[in-house]
Amino acid sequence: MTSSTMTQHQSSTQPTAAPGAIQHPEGSIYNITSSKVHMNGQGKPAQRQGPRPSDALPNATLIKWLRDMILIREFENRCAQAYQQAKIGGFCHLYIGQEALAVGTINSLNHDDPIVTAYRDHGHALARGMSPRACMAEMFGKLAGCAKGKGGSMHMFDKPNWNFGGHGIVGAQTPLGAGLAFAAKYEFDVMKRSVDGSPAKKKVALAYLGDGALNQGALHEAMNLAGLWGLPVIFVVENNRYSMGTAIERGTTMAHDLKQKAVAYGFEGVHIDGMDIRNIYDEFKPLVDRCRENSRPAFVDLLTYRYQGHSMSDPQKYRVKDEVEMFKQRDSITLLEQHLLTERKCISEADVDAIVAECKSLSADSVEFAENAAAPELEELYSDVYKNIQPNLSPTRDYVHGTKNALL
Amino acid sequence: MPTTLAEIDFSKPLPSEQGDRVIQFREALREAMTEEMRKDDRVFLMGEEVAYYNGAYKVSQGMLDEFGPQRIIDAPISENGFAGLAVGAAMYGLRPIIEFMSWSFSLVAADQLLNNVPKMLYMSGGQWGCPVVFRGNNGAGGQLGSTHSWTVEAMYANVPGLKIAIPSNPYDAKGLLKTAIVDDDPVFFLESERMLSDKAHVPQEEYFIPFGKAALRRGTWSGERNSDVTLVSFGRPVNFCVEAADELEKDGIVCDVLDMRTVRPLDIDSIIQSIKRTNKIVVVDQCWPFASVASEVITQVCEKAFDYLDHQPVRVNTDDVPTPYAKNLEAEYLPHKGKIMRAVKSVVSKG
Repeated sequence: MTSSTMTQHQSSTQPTAAPGAIQHPEGSIYNITSSKVHMNGQGKPAQRQGPRPSDALPNATLIKWLRDMILIREFENRCAQAYQQAKIGGFCHLYIGQEALAVGTINSLNHDDPIVTAYRDHGHALARGMSPRACMAEMFGKLAGCAKGKGGSMHMFDKPNWNFGGHGIVGAQTPLGAGLAFAAKYEFDVMKRSVDGSPAKKKVALAYLGDGALNQGALHEAMNLAGLWGLPVIFVVENNRYSMGTAIERGTTMAHDLKQKAVAYGFEGVHIDGMDIRNIYDEFKPLVDRCRENSRPAFVDLLTYRYQGHSMSDPQKYRVKDEVEMFKQRDSITLLEQHLLTERKCISEADVDAIVAECKSLSADSVEFAENAAAPELEELYSDVYKNIQPNLSPTRDYVHGTKNALL
Repeated sequence: MPTTLAEIDFSKPLPSEQGDRVIQFREALREAMTEEMRKDDRVFLMGEEVAYYNGAYKVSQGMLDEFGPQRIIDAPISENGFAGLAVGAAMYGLRPIIEFMSWSFSLVAADQLLNNVPKMLYMSGGQWGCPVVFRGNNGAGGQLGSTHSWTVEAMYANVPGLKIAIPSNPYDAKGLLKTAIVDDDPVFFLESERMLSDKAHVPQEEYFIPFGKAALRRGTWSGERNSDVTLVSFGRPVNFCVEAADELEKDGIVCDVLDMRTVRPLDIDSIIQSIKRTNKIVVVDQCWPFASVASEVITQVCEKAFDYLDHQPVRVNTDDVPTPYAKNLEAEYLPHKGKIMRAVKSVVSKG
C-alpha cells in the first residue's frame, strides 16, 4: 500500500496512521496480509470443502471452548479494571480478541504436550487450566499467585499443566520451545522412558510468539535447530498485525506470505484464520498430529487481532477504529456462539447467558480472592534463587527455602 | 543411577593429589562428563564441534564413539539458539552440558544466559530450575585478540541464581565438573585453553569437590610461622601466584596462596582465616579491574575483616584495556608473575 492510497482513505476523524497501517476496512486486511490464502477478500473465511474435523466433536467440547473463551474475556476485563485501579502493577497485556487462538490451539493438544509463550500470556494460562485465582493473584503480587507473586503478568508458569511460562523478552521463548521438543524427543528416542519414569510418549511442543518476534534472531536460530534436528515443535505466530504500534508490513519482510519463513528452514508453514475457533481446530489439529507422528516442526501464521492496545498504556494512535470494528464483526466468541445456537442448535440464549454469568462470577471471585490473599512474607525475597543453597552464595545475606508453590 | 548432590558426603577428605595417574586437563574434563553420562541418561553434551570433530580443543574426544550422536550433539554456530534450547530441555527435566568453544561467544547468547538461566527458578516461583552446565574456554587463549579473549566471571557473577566454578588444575577440573553436573542449579564452568594440556595426577577413585571451599596451594593453616601475605586467586592465574610465591620464598617472603575454585559461592571464610595470620591481602584476577571479582573479594574483606588488615588490600588484574594481539603486549596485559611479585613486595615492605 502506498502512502497516497493511505491518505485517500483517511478520514478526518481518524488519527493519523503510521505508514503501512491499514486504512480501509473493506477487503483491506485480508487482501494484503498473510491471511489471503484463507480469505476471499470480503473478510470472510474461505468455505471449506468436505467435512470439517471439528464437526465430529461432541457438543460438550465446543460448549467448553465457548466457556473457556468467555472466561478469558471476562477475566481480562477484570484485569483491565484492576489495572486502572492500580491494583495490578507493571506491564499488563490483555488477550481480548485473541481468545480463539489459545483455546483452539491448546485444545488440539494432549494435556502433557508442553507449551511456552510470550508475555501476553493470561489466555494461555487459563486455557491450559490454571485457576483464575492463581492467575489474578499473581498479578496482584500475592503468594497464592502461580509464581508466588515473583513473576507478574508476563510470567504465568504452571508446571502441573505443562505450561512452561510466559516470557518477557520478545522471541526469547522460542529456543525454549525447541528445547521442550528436544527433551520430549530425547525421552522417546534415547531414554525410552519419560523423565519421571513413566513410559515415553510422542509429544508436540508449542512455542507461541507474536508477529513482532518474527524479526528476532532467537526465533531464526530456534527454527534452524528445529528443522535440522526434526524437533516436534510448532512455532505459532499470533499474528495480531502489530508489534506494539508497528504494523507487520513495517517491520517484517514477506508479511503477505509468512509461511515462506518456514520454507527456508525446511518445514511446513501454514496460514490459518485465527478468529474462527472451529477453523483453527480443523487446520491445526491435523498439523499437530503430523508433527507428533513424524517428529517434525511446523510454522503457523495464525491471523488474530487484539481489540485493546498493546499494553494498558497504549493510546492506539497507529490504527484506525474501523479496523478494530471490522475484526469485532468476526469476533471469535460470537462466531462460535452463533454456530452453537443456529447450526448445531445445541444451546439456547439462556445457556449462553448462564455461561457468561458463570465466567463473570469466576472472574469477580478471582479479584476478590487476589485482593484478600496474603502478600508474600519479606523472607520470600530470598527464596527460589538457588535450589541447592550453600553458604557464601551472596555477600549480603543467606538464601532460604521459601513457601512451597501452591501449584505444586 | 544418577548421583544427587544430597548423596555426596563432602565431609569425607578428598583423595590425594599426589600420584602417578598423570592426565591432561582436557582428559580430566572428559572423564567427569563421561562418568556422569554413564550414570545418568538425562545428561547430554551439546556444542560446536563436540561430536564428529572430537571437540575443537579435543575435550570431548572419543565421546561420540561411546555415547552416539543423540547424546553428543554437534550444534551449528548459534549460541543463542542452543543455549535457549538447553534452558527448555533443562526445565523439562534433562541435564544438558553445553560447551561454548569460547566463553567469548557466550555473549551472543547473553539474553538466555543472563535472563533465563539464572532467573527461571525465581520467576516461576520455584516451579522450575535450570540445571545446565555451560562450560568452555575463558580468558586470553594466546594472541586471539580482543573479541576472543573474554574473561566473563566478573560479568556473570553479578547475577544471582548462578554458580561459577573456575578450576586451576586437572584434579580440580574433574572434581568440580562432576559436582557441577549433579548440582540442580545452573553452573558456569570456566576453563582455559592455555591449561587444557596441563598435566597432573588425577586419582582413579570417584570424587566430587564441593563448591565454595578454597584450596591452599602455598602456605599452611598451622605453619611454624605465619605467612607474610595472603594471595587470593582463581582459575589460571592461581598458577601465576604459585610461581610468584615460590620465587618470593627465595627472598624470604612467604605467601598463602588460596585457590578459590569457585567465585560464586566465594569462600570468604578461608580468606579471612588466612588474613587473620598475614594481615595483608593481594587479589589476583584475570578480569578487568573495574567491578571485578577482585573488587568483590576486597569489599568483603573490608566488610568482614577490616580490623585485621595492616595494609590496604591490593589487586592485580589484567590491564584495563581491550586484549591486545601482539605477543609482548598480551603477555604484559595479563596478571603475570612479575606483577604479582611487585604487588606482594610493595605490600610486605610497607607492612
